[in-house]
Amino acid sequence: MSQVPTTIDFRRNTQAVPAQMPAAVQKATAKFLGNRAVLVEALGNEYWQTLRQAGHDIRLHAITHIEHYLEKAEAAVTRAGGQVHWARDAEEARRILLDIAARHRVKLAVKGKSMATEEIGLNHALEAAGIRVLETDLGEYIVQLKGVGPAHIVVPAFHLSKEEIAALFHEKLGVDAPAEAEKLTQIARMKLREEFLSAEMGISGGNFLVADTGTIVTVTNEGNGRMCTTVPPVHVAVVGIDKVVPDWESLTVLLKLLARSATGQKLSCYTQFISGPPRSAAETGPREMHLILLDNGRSRILKTPACRETLLCIRCGACLNICPVYNNVGGYAYGYPISGPTGVIFASQILGPKVAGALPFASTLCGACNEICPVKIPITQILLHLRRRVVEGDETEDAAAPHSLRLGAQVGAVAIGTPGLYRLGSELLKRLQAPFVRGGWMPRLPAPLNRWTMSRPFPAFAADFRQWWRDRPAAGGKRGNNEPGA
Amino acid sequence: MAIKAQLFITCLAEQFFPDVLKRMIGLLERLGVQVEFPEEQTCCGQPFFNSGYRSQARDLAVKWLKVFGRTDGFIVSPSGSCVDTVRHHFPELFPPGSAEHRQAEEAAARTFEFTQFLVQQLKVTDVGARFPRKVTYHASCHLLRGLAARDEPKALLRAVQGLELVPLPGEETCCGFGGSFSVIYPEVSKAMMEAKVRAIESTGAEVVAVGDAGCIMNIAGGLRKAGSPIRTMHLIEILTAGKEAA
Repeated sequence: MSQVPTTIDFRRNTQAVPAQMPAAVQKATAKFLGNRAVLVEALGNEYWQTLRQAGHDIRLHAITHIEHYLEKAEAAVTRAGGQVHWARDAEEARRILLDIAARHRVKLAVKGKSMATEEIGLNHALEAAGIRVLETDLGEYIVQLKGVGPAHIVVPAFHLSKEEIAALFHEKLGVDAPAEAEKLTQIARMKLREEFLSAEMGISGGNFLVADTGTIVTVTNEGNGRMCTTVPPVHVAVVGIDKVVPDWESLTVLLKLLARSATGQKLSCYTQFISGPPRSAAETGPREMHLILLDNGRSRILKTPACRETLLCIRCGACLNICPVYNNVGGYAYGYPISGPTGVIFASQILGPKVAGALPFASTLCGACNEICPVKIPITQILLHLRRRVVEGDETEDAAAPHSLRLGAQVGAVAIGTPGLYRLGSELLKRLQAPFVRGGWMPRLPAPLNRWTMSRPFPAFAADFRQWWRDRPAAGGKRGNNEPGA
Repeated sequence: MAIKAQLFITCLAEQFFPDVLKRMIGLLERLGVQVEFPEEQTCCGQPFFNSGYRSQARDLAVKWLKVFGRTDGFIVSPSGSCVDTVRHHFPELFPPGSAEHRQAEEAAARTFEFTQFLVQQLKVTDVGARFPRKVTYHASCHLLRGLAARDEPKALLRAVQGLELVPLPGEETCCGFGGSFSVIYPEVSKAMMEAKVRAIESTGAEVVAVGDAGCIMNIAGGLRKAGSPIRTMHLIEILTAGKEAA
């Protein structure tokens, strides 16, 4: 994903999902959820719930006082010798990064896994400026070779089989690759090693930004992130402003929640703390360190109280893993690099209802995401607000749904809410359905209800309760105390 | 003084599963509850609320509150999602401090889903039913997560004489109904429904018990389409098995 989408047609995207995708996704998500469950059980559910509440409160406190903590972080990073840049939007973030690259005559940039750089379409911008950019996270490396974006925010290529990856390596790298995980990793590692050594710039994201010390925290499993941030002479971190946390005490709570929720690990293999560039010539590491703080619509999210908890997200991906919709479509259907429930609430707001109006409806509101979220984001509650935003508009956006829909809903609501019309309707439907009914069910119905009957029959209308209630001899109870027609 | 229950019948149960309502009355009365039916009720507005039509949802909530506001006793319904709407979403529709908000809070406090009403309020789990069948249970999302009814439905089922309760793999996974979701994104809804049907079939159960009309439409339809002999039943139908509707 390098281009910011124009409109997202979730239904069309779901129709284009490859047949093998759901099974591949479900296999991987089941593994992550299984590992997670073991660790949560080991901590004990009561303690886990305490941690979740603490994580929620810490994150909510941080984003509620975001200016204070960002200023603190900026001062700390500057004190440590880093350079801080503020980017209002994706365009500005790309420009800042390209300027730094131009100053250092960068020809090759190596990247650690970062959703913020996906969000701003950085790779495309670098390539357009003639700079080669290489993803070094194994999953990102694979999807980049394939010419697509991440299918999952934590494990970008998890839907591809070893055989598919071997074929891809053969085609793109010209190597004879056996379909074995270890061999494939070895090939990627060999290829990447050369590139780390020749890159003039390393780019990373940041899982957290500790305000107290200006420390950028990255949570990774492959060591590539450490290569990106230490080997090239310039390191640029692109970090969303929402990533700020007050101090190391808060960080420990969030780290406890993150790896357990993401991959079912107590800690990831590499948890890296970057507090500025080397302080003396004797220390190794990049000569320059830049931190680009990305807003790109986040301030606006904060201004809507009903939605601001969207920004509590620590991008663990647990809500993707548990989401039955995600499990049946995979990441690409969402048309945005951040997918699944958290992607839906984030992208809907970043892109606005005209571009992403389909996304808030890409959920059954089952609430499994609310229950698993390690920082207790009320995802379905936010979805409900965003649906309303699409249909009716709110204080920040105009309605995107056609007026005719609202008119139809108004007529429907009046009919259904007027007892006489409601009862008339249910009598009429019982008569009108007659040609469609076969044994208590309607196997086929005209549009738009054929969208239901394409998969299963629709039950026949059978309302007779009111008549039954009136006819029944008053037994233990008495009749309703509301006079009809009141 | 007898406990009084105002029936909140819900539109889906009224339109498609009226027998569930009749059986529910029979059971409540056998348990000594005085049942009343406010006849002016229609829809609580859940479909509008969930689809983003907040102003239409508010209009319907006002009407619903007018009808039930002048009743007393508990308000009892055979649907988790409708109760979740009244309990948790009605109060959100009105500004705190307004008369409607007070009314919504008042109604929310005495509105119960059927299984929770039995277990929490009447303190009953054994309703004297007999149903010698192999049964599995699908947890409806709003009943489970909206109302936190994780144990009540199964406690009631376990107390049924002769009933063998077998676990459903992915018991807490949504069946893919999702109200308007089922027609906005029919392909995804279908995939979810078919996964649920496969899981139910894998249990070897004769009956799948469900606590919400929307899920029943979806699951029963899916089983029928698959040509499966497994019956989908509302919990109430099992809890009143062998007993005639009142």
